[in-house]
Amino acid sequence: MQMFANTNYDFTKWRWHALIFSAILVVLGIVQVARLGLPLGIDFSGGTIVVLKFQQPVAEDAVRRALEPLPGEKVVQQYGSADDHELLVRLPQAQESEQGTSLEQGAKQVVEAVRAANIGQFEVISTEIVGPVVGKDLQRKGIYATLASIFGIALYIAFRFRLSFAIGAIAATLHDVIVTLAVLAFFGYELSLNIVAAILTITGYSVNDTIVVFDRVRENFRTMRGASLESQVNTAVNQTLGRTVITAGTTFLSVLALYLFGGEVLEGFAFTMLVGIVSGTYSTVFVASAIAIALSKNEGSTPAAPTSAARLAADRARRRERRNV
Amino acid sequence: MTSNLRWKVIAILVVVALAVVAFYPPKDKVKLGLDLKGGVHLVLRVQTDDALKLETETSAERLRDELSRQGVAIGSVTPDGARTFRVEGVPGDRDADFRRIAEEWVGPVFDRTSSANGSYSFTLKNAQLTRLRQEAVAQALQTIERRVNELGVAEPIVAPHGDGDQILVQMPGVTDVARAKEIIRSTALLELKIVEDGPAATREALLAARGGQVPPELEVIPGAAESGNTGPVFYLVKRVAGITGRDLRNARPSLDENNQPAVGFSLNQQGADKFGTLTSQNIGRQLAIILDGRIQSAPTIEGRIYDEGRISGSFTQQEVQDLSLTLRSGALPASLTYLEERTVGPSLGADSIRAGVMASAIGLGLVALFMFAYYRLTGLNALVSVSLNLLILLGFMSYVGAVMTLPGIAGFILTIGMGVDSNVLIFERIKEELGAGKSARAAVSASFDRVFLTILDTHVASLISAAFLFQFGTGPIRGFATTLFFGLLSNVFTAVFVSRTLFELILSRRPQAAKLSI
Repeated sequence: MQMFANTNYDFTKWRWHALIFSAILVVLGIVQVARLGLPLGIDFSGGTIVVLKFQQPVAEDAVRRALEPLPGEKVVQQYGSADDHELLVRLPQAQESEQGTSLEQGAKQVVEAVRAANIGQFEVISTEIVGPVVGKDLQRKGIYATLASIFGIALYIAFRFRLSFAIGAIAATLHDVIVTLAVLAFFGYELSLNIVAAILTITGYSVNDTIVVFDRVRENFRTMRGASLESQVNTAVNQTLGRTVITAGTTFLSVLALYLFGGEVLEGFAFTMLVGIVSGTYSTVFVASAIAIALSKNEGSTPAAPTSAARLAADRARRRERRNV
Repeated sequence: MTSNLRWKVIAILVVVALAVVAFYPPKDKVKLGLDLKGGVHLVLRVQTDDALKLETETSAERLRDELSRQGVAIGSVTPDGARTFRVEGVPGDRDADFRRIAEEWVGPVFDRTSSANGSYSFTLKNAQLTRLRQEAVAQALQTIERRVNELGVAEPIVAPHGDGDQILVQMPGVTDVARAKEIIRSTALLELKIVEDGPAATREALLAARGGQVPPELEVIPGAAESGNTGPVFYLVKRVAGITGRDLRNARPSLDENNQPAVGFSLNQQGADKFGTLTSQNIGRQLAIILDGRIQSAPTIEGRIYDEGRISGSFTQQEVQDLSLTLRSGALPASLTYLEERTVGPSLGADSIRAGVMASAIGLGLVALFMFAYYRLTGLNALVSVSLNLLILLGFMSYVGAVMTLPGIAGFILTIGMGVDSNVLIFERIKEELGAGKSARAAVSASFDRVFLTILDTHVASLISAAFLFQFGTGPIRGFATTLFFGLLSNVFTAVFVSRTLFELILSRRPQAAKLSI
């Protein structure tokens, strides 16, 4: 069986459409995130989460009523599947919580209030209390890690390929991160440590995908001497199309299993990955190579040193192209 | 089979055997993180200012004592904030003596500035500041470690965390979190001081005889009422402690004269000498037993006591046990605040393992199904190399003692995805080469040679992001980064070396012109 055998779709012809489409997508994404805001989970905003497991079904409203007297805005929601009778209670960051004692006060009050309301036997299966210091620290580290990881990868690509490719790969990766964040905001996911981990994984995955294409372009520099840069890139995208789609498909399948069966804790992680895989596959085919072509053409005589063979071939191709114009 | 191929097969078998030995039996060898095993994860901050304050106060005290011993009469010595104390009213004619004594006693640690009228201010040197803060954190770390060990927690982690003054404590399997937290945090600073006056119901009443002023060598400490009376009482005691927790040799639960739970303690040699002198000189006076700045009791000294004492108060049995434990493990040099707490109940952890293992199995199953459908027999090749990848990863993680967390299971699932990716990359290339008219053998050989570079590039890029993820992450996320990192490494081995050997193995038994089922 073979899908995409010897395909010859003209992706580069559509590259401006794709770039404009992506630009609109990214702008919409940014607007979306700006408008809806990106709700921060307690990992970053600080606060308290208590998960209660009841022995029999219990109404969320009953718990909400029981918690009425506690200060601040509380969130009560079902946790996991309905058969588990698990409820998650979230409290906002207490004001004076720099002091250790008040930090743990909230969780204690929740347990006491629910017990006093006498709505059923329950046990506390997990508690998370994050103080504001830790939250800010994690925010800073999260942003730093994402940027540093993108920069590190860019450096590697610039070293192994050429600067314009690095920029193309980074543009594609940022595109994926922004689109993913927008989708998360749309579905009301809160940014947690797990989701940041997923986003960092997506940067790795997206670049991975892009490198496979670039690697093929580099090979085509040698084998397709004389062809235009566009056709070298386009051929590479077509040659790797089967692999791109199959890999995206299988990775999607295994992450889908994680999303469906991996349990409540990893649901957000898996969802983020699913979105990132779709976006990453699209950006590999349409965004990365389009930007690489655009930049390669404008790249004067001072690009960062690519590997010499690739560079020579590219130069030759470019000179020929100029003559043709 | 050529001898070259035979050696490759043996190498693979050896690696797999080593991996299996490393993680078998998994129940004992694979370390589970808190999110899978259940337990509590705490981040504390050491309030290092406390340690500075203590140093400043004791230095001021030492200087005052030495000055009076050498007959230099001064106005007052008063602490001012955590790192400064002031000396007022140094007589002009003794100024040189004062400077000499100050230089000798506090000079190495404090910077001295002088102003008019014989006033001096002493400020902790910056280098000392750093040293004291570091010492406080190091000492707190040791104390917490002793306490956690005494709690009987299996495989706890007590480690410095973040920027300087934070400490991470992980206690797997602990169920009574509130008690564990209290034991870790209680300062357990024991001081025995001679009572000068008291008890009185209010501060004002206590100080009435002294014109409302606290004399510089004394201080007011609250305590619980002796009997019947509720509400706090106040005592005026000596500022300098005769005996502190450092002089303790042991502390254990016992009973007081009314058969109420109490903590009995014994002193070490040095403490016993001091205690003997202190008690024999103060027979008939009261001795305040102060715990964390609060007087527990103030018995009258009946005679000379050497090395045994008792702390009584209204304690429960549990409190007595916990107090003995904290006293034995030594006082904390500074108070602690909790910055973060995450508790996972054992049932949630078990659920997570079940769900994670099930998701991995289903993911692997779906991928295998697809690979067989799409690549036919060659799909088996992918399944073998991906499975070996997981085995080696598990073995490696057990061998280096890396912790398996829930996001770590996600890392396993991603490793499946990446392993398949490498295989797809190779298989697609083989199809392409076959399509270009090459023989099966030539196609396989050319594909692996070419694709190796691609795999190298993609893996290095992913390793970079995994490394930053590790740098960023705490606990569970670190588990994910570790899994991803080792998964990538072992994938280079399985996808390139193992998979190629499998192809060669298949082709070696066939005639030169054989076709591949791909």
